[in-house]
Amino acid sequence: MSNALKRRFVEQIKVMFGAEPQKPTLIEERAIEVHQLKRMTNKAELAAAKEAHRAREKNHKWRNIRWATLIFVNLLFVVSYHFDIQLLEGALTASRFAGFHLIDLNSALQVMLAHKHIITNLLIGTGTVLALWILLGGRTFCSWVCPYHFLAEWAEKLHLFLVQKKLVTDTPIDRRWRTVSWVIFALLALITGYTVYESISPTGIVSRALIYSGGVLAMLWVLALLVFEVFFVRRAWCRYACPIGLTYGVVGIVSPLRVKYTLQGCFHEGDCRKVCLVPHVLDTVIKGRAVDTEVPIGPDCTRCGLCVDTCPTGSLKFDIKGLSKLM
Amino acid sequence: MSEDDTPKVGAADTAPPPPQGAPGAKPPLSKERRLQARRRFMRTILLGGGVFGAALSGFLPVAYAQKKRLRPPGALDEKDFLASCIKCGQCVQVCPVNAIKLADLADGFGVGVPYIEAREQACDFSCDAVQCILACPTGALTYKKPAYMSVRPGAKLAEKPILLAKEKDPEPTLNLTERIGVARLTRPESCLAMQGKGFKGQARGPDFKGELRYMSVDRWRPIKVADHPYDVELCDLCVQACPIKGAISLETVFAPDGSQRKTPVVHEPCVGCGVCEMICPTEPASIEVIPGEGWRT
Repeated sequence: MSNALKRRFVEQIKVMFGAEPQKPTLIEERAIEVHQLKRMTNKAELAAAKEAHRAREKNHKWRNIRWATLIFVNLLFVVSYHFDIQLLEGALTASRFAGFHLIDLNSALQVMLAHKHIITNLLIGTGTVLALWILLGGRTFCSWVCPYHFLAEWAEKLHLFLVQKKLVTDTPIDRRWRTVSWVIFALLALITGYTVYESISPTGIVSRALIYSGGVLAMLWVLALLVFEVFFVRRAWCRYACPIGLTYGVVGIVSPLRVKYTLQGCFHEGDCRKVCLVPHVLDTVIKGRAVDTEVPIGPDCTRCGLCVDTCPTGSLKFDIKGLSKLM
Repeated sequence: MSEDDTPKVGAADTAPPPPQGAPGAKPPLSKERRLQARRRFMRTILLGGGVFGAALSGFLPVAYAQKKRLRPPGALDEKDFLASCIKCGQCVQVCPVNAIKLADLADGFGVGVPYIEAREQACDFSCDAVQCILACPTGALTYKKPAYMSVRPGAKLAEKPILLAKEKDPEPTLNLTERIGVARLTRPESCLAMQGKGFKGQARGPDFKGELRYMSVDRWRPIKVADHPYDVELCDLCVQACPIKGAISLETVFAPDGSQRKTPVVHEPCVGCGVCEMICPTEPASIEVIPGEGWRT
């Protein structure tokens, strides 16, 4: 890893905790060259090249694969219970896949802090899930598994439609709030001895509602969240509040699976940032900001692939660290 | 449109990048920017408060000490139980008679926590081995309570309860050490046995959905209570249905007027499963299980 990338790696962790992305102070020589080359390009030629790419048909490859995965996983829970297949028992907070304990990291943490007594099964399940999401990219959980994410994605579409009609405006919140809320909920669990967060966790509530078809009141709370996101703040819960997202984000710091940005072909049009749930991780695509010719996207990225689908030049791609070198 | 590094007012997802100028020195923000920042700060405080308010509302039912819920067998004491339950519902999934339900938001921190509504469907130990305990990933339901955790007065069972259904097995006991409640004849005046009455027909009517394992019908499969009508001279349905050896019997008592009466009497081995409450044909049930109650002599 180059020095500039190392610096960026640390900065991206800060960004995940709520810091605003800064203009880089150190840029690799080869990246500077590309930046300069881009400035010298013939304007007419560039415009023509952009038009040619614009004409390309939009694709939804990754989104479709992701939605299929999300629906499949959640349906597997439902089907397992209702038809008693016993393949994936439990809910997203804790489950057993073919007998192996799987326990959501944030839920496990809340229980450990509140209960202060950890049994072997809890430890095994947590370890398995930790290993799984380190490999698969941490916040990948959010966009590929979390059922609330799926609902929120539709709410987001509605929100963007209303924004376009000038009926609502997005009013952003301070992103540091998510870190504060993570700490407060952890402290609350530790001090009160109740898993306070679990009573409002939309992930757990929606997952249980799907599987056990109960919890009507709890679903009203989820509905209120969605209405809030449609009319006031775009993707408020996932962006600014959810401690689960932060927990998995931390896990994803060392993950080999991520989206990689290639500076060379990028026109810096910013389409990717418009579709992104966490656009602060894509600051590197802004003209003049990339610190190297290839830049991995930070740990707060949910690896949803919307930017990969959207990028007209293929400058954003899924990547597994080390694999490209190996092949 | 090309996106470059000039700050744009109203760009929702980025904070204003630091303005151009001498590195390190931050020029003062424009009035508009300051106002924006202040509004954002106020919003954050407001919404943050809202989320906590919602989360802390979980304390309300606890503070009001609402109706105590009957927990599944092997449950830790209420406070520990709420702390350790991860709300996954694996206990719900393994229960062969679907006795276990998950609570809703009105139960505060109990949202998603399992409970049993004994009158609708009691735990009859049809699974033989208390599957819910085996399924629990966090030890909220457990055979072995950690030594440092307190035991409710009267919760400790004198001996491991013997399950009548497997009385002849090499290991006839349920591995339980504590009871989840105790059955009480809460309405002796309505008890059919006390009135010297018999009972004929379906214990809870034709529409009752509850299930029970009848050893005489099928050792492994519980059937609907509605499919198993009774015909007894003197009502002893609670005694007949009880799955635990020696937990309840029909005893003779003397009424105030000196006449002899029969009445169900609960004994120490009662684990509080609630089968007697479910089967009781009077409306409301004459015998009920008191959740979390201990044995008192």
